[in-house]
Amino acid sequence: MIRLGSAATIGLMALSRIVQLVAVILVIATFNFVLVRAAPGDPAQVMAGQSGASDPKLLEDLRKEYGLDKPYAVQLASYLGRVVRLDLGYSYRQRRAVVDLILERLPATLLLTVTAFCLALLIGTTLGALAGLAAGSVLDTVFTVLSLVLYATPVFWLGLMLVLVFSVTLGWLPPFGYETINVKLSPLEHALDIAKHMIMPVTSLAAIYLAIYARLMRSSIIEVAQQDFIKTARAKGLSGPSIVVGHMLRNALVPVVTVAGMQAGALVGGAVVIETVFAWPGLGRLTFDALLQRDYPVLLGIFLILSIVVIVLNLLTDLIYRLIDPRMTTGAA
Amino acid sequence: MNRREFTQAMLAAGAAIPFGITRAAGQTRGGTLNTIIQPEPPLLVTAFNQQQPTLTLGGKIYENLKYGADLKPMPGMAQSWEISPDGLTYTFKLFPNITFHDGKPMTSADVVFSCMKVLTETHPRARQNFARVASAEAPDPLTVVFKLKQPFAPFLGCFDCTSAPIVPKHIYEGTDYRKNPLNDKAIGTGPFKLKEWVRGSHVHLVRHEGYYLKDQPYLDEIIYRIIPDSASRALALENGTVQLAQWTDVEFFDVQRFKAQKNLEVTTKGYEYFAPHQWLEMNNRIAPMNDKRFRQAVMHLIDRDALAKRVYFGSAKVATGPISSKTKFYDGKVKRYDYSIDKAKALLDEMGLKPDTNGKRAEIKYIVPPYGESYQRAGEFFRQSFARVGIDLVLVGTDMAGWAEKVGNWDYEMTQNLLYQLGDPALGVSRTYVSSNIKKGILFSNTEGYSNPEVDRLFDEAAVTLDEAKRLELYSKVQQILVEDVPVAWTLELEYPIIYDKAFKNIVSTGIGSHETFGSVYKS
Repeated sequence: MIRLGSAATIGLMALSRIVQLVAVILVIATFNFVLVRAAPGDPAQVMAGQSGASDPKLLEDLRKEYGLDKPYAVQLASYLGRVVRLDLGYSYRQRRAVVDLILERLPATLLLTVTAFCLALLIGTTLGALAGLAAGSVLDTVFTVLSLVLYATPVFWLGLMLVLVFSVTLGWLPPFGYETINVKLSPLEHALDIAKHMIMPVTSLAAIYLAIYARLMRSSIIEVAQQDFIKTARAKGLSGPSIVVGHMLRNALVPVVTVAGMQAGALVGGAVVIETVFAWPGLGRLTFDALLQRDYPVLLGIFLILSIVVIVLNLLTDLIYRLIDPRMTTGAA
Repeated sequence: MNRREFTQAMLAAGAAIPFGITRAAGQTRGGTLNTIIQPEPPLLVTAFNQQQPTLTLGGKIYENLKYGADLKPMPGMAQSWEISPDGLTYTFKLFPNITFHDGKPMTSADVVFSCMKVLTETHPRARQNFARVASAEAPDPLTVVFKLKQPFAPFLGCFDCTSAPIVPKHIYEGTDYRKNPLNDKAIGTGPFKLKEWVRGSHVHLVRHEGYYLKDQPYLDEIIYRIIPDSASRALALENGTVQLAQWTDVEFFDVQRFKAQKNLEVTTKGYEYFAPHQWLEMNNRIAPMNDKRFRQAVMHLIDRDALAKRVYFGSAKVATGPISSKTKFYDGKVKRYDYSIDKAKALLDEMGLKPDTNGKRAEIKYIVPPYGESYQRAGEFFRQSFARVGIDLVLVGTDMAGWAEKVGNWDYEMTQNLLYQLGDPALGVSRTYVSSNIKKGILFSNTEGYSNPEVDRLFDEAAVTLDEAKRLELYSKVQQILVEDVPVAWTLELEYPIIYDKAFKNIVSTGIGSHETFGSVYKS
């Protein structure tokens, strides 16, 4: 149980981190702006390039409409002003508010990434723990080889192979998409339909993270098993399962939580590939398309949201550390 | 055929249309066509965006005239037309009872408003075309009269659905066209109207019940699925999830295997109006590309037959000059550059570009266009070809924005380019070679910087000459000069496939192929 003192310390830490967060977000917003503008070309040129036709009036009209005819400093100041007002701007290319575009795509990506993340964490740590507890056994060898193979498999390749086997050859699963189009389904049937569409993208996305957590958990368990406090617990006569659950797992999870916290943001990067292969209508694809089209407002909006998500996840990771390991709250090593 | 005979033929064709496009035996109503759209268009109003996916999809929603495989105009919204003897006045008679998707009637006032107000503001190609119009009038609801400032031979070719889509005046008049909130509804007069657009997933079109042609459209609906990955698109076609793929939906290397799939038809017809023409673009301002002999050597050192076979897997034909053999005024008797490393080396030696002690003559940066895998493969092919004569081609990768900026601003040495010919050299060819179109910052202009007053004169004269035989003569001369000068090294006439389930009929019925309205497509 967390002591009151610990709770106060966590509260103070959280407050301090929130203040830092606002400053960091503004720095990130500025950095994003500069970075995005450093890439060659602009949306007007892309639109002209994709249309197979262009003339000075078109470029001039588009640049004026996008606000690209103003000096960089003015554009930056205008952008930061909007960020402070929590206004993500308007995509002139897609003719829609950026926040609408992001909110429209966010549920699909959250469903994909959160499911993949939870599955990878749950299965990866379980397999890793089992392998670590049986270090050197056949089970350990099988799990180790399996996790190495999954770790080394390119995400897009795994996705395509799954489609080839389960969609084209066996015909069991839909090859792509988020749901079956143009059919009337009850809410339950609709949920099951989405779940069916999720199986292959989630498996593809989860595979590599599952492998990472399994390997990390395995080595962490082996390391913790050799600690003195485990020997003490054994000497005190505690049963095997209570040592594993009460002592080993809790300590072994600390590095896994660290890596998981860091990689939660990276999951969106993986989602770009998966969403492309499986035509999944999510944020990853929106990002990729916006990047190619130099859709600055959309790109900056997504970067900002993702930056905030990563910062919040790191904050949560810090809090979880302290729940798992009370020594961190008191500053003890 | 002289102009009078041509006009009469058109009038006859127009008169026959109400009978010719009625339902024939075997054509049944109903069915859904699932197909692909990629990349996802930013909007569906073709007046404001001319990306290929927008045009493919928008071609079902907006319409105008059609063009046959022979590039002759066919009745679309206009059932007939007449051209005055001086070639200055074009009078179009519209079909009666055309309605927009919101139920309001479409009249000649909408045509005048679209062409002269909206498109001249928002559409680069249309802006150039309709700048030639002195006045446009709507004397009655079914008649449109365009009076040109001076004759323009291909004026009838300016009314395809991609160049002159008709939008509703009652919705756009007095508004900021691009920001009109009803752009999301994409209200046109085509046989299909927008039902739903789930961004990132699909666009769902359904039958426009008020369509003016009897019984059309035959299909109930068309669903365009957004599938960004080419391997996934091929799988979707293979397992029947989609029944139609067009343009670059399927990579060239996948086309052959679909020819073996019994339920599918693979054709390269339906691209005649566009006639995609590809070339190796060389910046004529920079040495050694500023020397005609170097550019001629390039024509000799590329084995274009092998390029067509190995990189495009047979879905291409060797280009002999600036005008495609699939379009009008092609001259097949121009000088031919055979594949000859010896001739290429001799030309390079003659211009003084001799190999150093390592056998290297020059190093040239080649920007790989970001239009798909075949461009990357073509770049590799060119690198090997140039290496045979001691020229080191350094491949530089970039994305669309980077490529557009570099090429548009003449900040490149060599790249590959492709343009549509649009049915007439005055519309789709001259823009690449005339001096007046050397415009910095503008893509698809004369970016290579070639300038020849005689070429300018011939293109200008051919554009305003109405006599077809005289035009042929002028274009033959210009082709001979250009093939001698080699402003760009023409490589291939690409033959994009249209692959579709044989159960669907009339998928390809005109020279604009998959940009067609699909009103006459039916499922057997």
